[in-house]
Amino acid sequence: MSEPRKKLLEVRDLKMHFPIAGGLLRRQVGAVKAVDGVSFDIYEGETLGIVGESGCGKSTCGRAVLRLYDITEGSIKIDGTEIGTMGQSALRRMRPKMQMVFQDPQACLNPRMTVAGIIAEPLEEHGTLKGKARLERVLELMDAVGLNRNFANRYPHAFSGGQRQRIGIARALALNPRFIVCDEPIAALDVSIQAQVVNLLEKLQDEFGLTYMFISHDLSMVKHIADRVAVMYLGRIIELAERDELYERPLHPYTEALMSAVPEPDPSIEAKVERIILRGDVPSPANPPKGCNFSTRCPKVMDICRKLDPVYREVRPGHYVACHLHDAGIMNNQTNAGSTGAVPRHEHKQQGEDA
Amino acid sequence: MPDGALPVLDVKNLKTVFRTRAGEIHAVNSVSFELRPGELLGVVGESGSGKSVTMMSLIGLLPSPPAEVRDGHVMLGNQDLLKIGEEKLRAVRGRDVGFVFQDPMTSLNPVFTVGFQIMEPLRRHMGMDKAKARKRAVELLELVGIPDAERRLKDFPHQFSGGMRQRVMIAIALACDPKVLIADEPTTALDVTIQAQIIELVKDLREKLGMAIIWITHDLGVIAGIADRVMVMYGGQVAEHGPVREVFANPAHPYTRALLKTVPKLREPRADKLRVIEGQPPMLGKHPSACPFRARCSHAFDRCARENPPRREIGAGHDVACWWDHRTGEPV
Repeated sequence: MSEPRKKLLEVRDLKMHFPIAGGLLRRQVGAVKAVDGVSFDIYEGETLGIVGESGCGKSTCGRAVLRLYDITEGSIKIDGTEIGTMGQSALRRMRPKMQMVFQDPQACLNPRMTVAGIIAEPLEEHGTLKGKARLERVLELMDAVGLNRNFANRYPHAFSGGQRQRIGIARALALNPRFIVCDEPIAALDVSIQAQVVNLLEKLQDEFGLTYMFISHDLSMVKHIADRVAVMYLGRIIELAERDELYERPLHPYTEALMSAVPEPDPSIEAKVERIILRGDVPSPANPPKGCNFSTRCPKVMDICRKLDPVYREVRPGHYVACHLHDAGIMNNQTNAGSTGAVPRHEHKQQGEDA
Repeated sequence: MPDGALPVLDVKNLKTVFRTRAGEIHAVNSVSFELRPGELLGVVGESGSGKSVTMMSLIGLLPSPPAEVRDGHVMLGNQDLLKIGEEKLRAVRGRDVGFVFQDPMTSLNPVFTVGFQIMEPLRRHMGMDKAKARKRAVELLELVGIPDAERRLKDFPHQFSGGMRQRVMIAIALACDPKVLIADEPTTALDVTIQAQIIELVKDLREKLGMAIIWITHDLGVIAGIADRVMVMYGGQVAEHGPVREVFANPAHPYTRALLKTVPKLREPRADKLRVIEGQPPMLGKHPSACPFRARCSHAFDRCARENPPRREIGAGHDVACWWDHRTGEPV
């Protein structure tokens, strides 16, 4: 990463809150803070992986970035154009640039349309191609994603999960987009098929110079496909770094726990893995805890974590983290205070007992 | 059996067929395995490999029609579960064999309290009265690590999170001290940090209670961490079976070998390109007369299309169903 690269996507302080209606008059009584102030950039041609557990807001974040929702707050710039506040008709003209591959290949394809019809639909909506030229483009796309041309007139039910995901990818590619959000594209597929789809996505990225936002809960797969990785917890990005940096030197206690929880398909490694088992469940995003969002489950929690929300900051070049442990100012205060310095270490021991 | 212990569960030649309008589906073809007391047998395979259907056939959980168990013996102690009839089978389910299903969201009844659902098998199978069953239910919830157990008995399933619901399912399965616990993808619907909690719990319970467990999953990582023996299924058959370390260190079947290579590993350097298994899993339209993996196999030769390979022993307790010898790289 020597020369400064071009930022394709700039997201600043993005918030997506869903109202909770309650009471007799269905007034708004609260909000689910699905995405609560995230900022990140995606450079041209790279893959940003977004990982986190279910309910952490990673899918909502992906959909909000494409403005499939009306966002609550924040700014989204794609290729220099602000789309955060853009109206639907102007947004429509931006759509060919940014596309999405969905999680469930069963649900995202219309069962009453043929494969050719599904892949041609974006071309009909946005394109200028007609008749023969359009069909030619559809067949070209089918070749690109490894589907047999002879199947163009079949319906989605005749295809397996992996093939259906290829149809979804071909449709996303139809308009020559520059940016694709892949929302758990392999989660519904079998292990032996997952690798096929991931290799296809990588091949297409090289061929067409695509930029991906790759959302997944599978840390091993993200390690393979992503250049940089962001870890989300309860609506926030808590850590973001280059792939190797993040996997080798995770800074946030949640990232550490998440990585240690992944089972390794090798009994000799598996026997040596030191597991950090987190207690309890993810708190509700409608009622996040006071202070740091992770303070209720954190094995290294300190008093200050329950009071003060940590700032998301760059602690090493390109390595961002939101944790008091990596805030020099706060940690100095803690040690200066003398007795309080022992608190985090004591708590850590207590929670690490089953490692 | 090398250690001489009698198996708690002995399955021989199990064969299950589904009759559909489009013809028969041979989901399970001559599957044999045994389960010894206190051990954990991991069953891996892709969807459609027959792993769940095998286990559901054992205790008659498949609706018939369309399912039909055509052949085989399932010996639990000295009774054959396929022959004893529905009435006796009901007594076995829940008492001798516990079952934990994949999806904790749908396998609990939403209109009954969790307490009622745990007490039901206790009162039915163990003949406990209400007060006793209640006491035992509290113990069980505490055993699986649900805080404030006494009060939570009155809660309904929707008041529990996914991980907690799976704990409740495990508590119900353990209620009558079963000899065998069958867990069908118990952690697939859960997040990794919650999965780690459940795996830790099962390890702990095994030490305390010493029951035999069959753990079905598609995640090789989970198997590597907890199983004693592993059985790899493909196309309704057992492709490879052996002690877990042996199978992961010296996989013999081309499918197992490919599967182990296709999964990216978190704790190893990143490979440039993922290895793939080309093609699709087979359709199981008729009784297999050839190796089900041959179309995707890089070592297939003419014999694979002519004859279905039988399982052959290649080491202590390690067997493989393949015509290709992984040690010589030649046909056997």
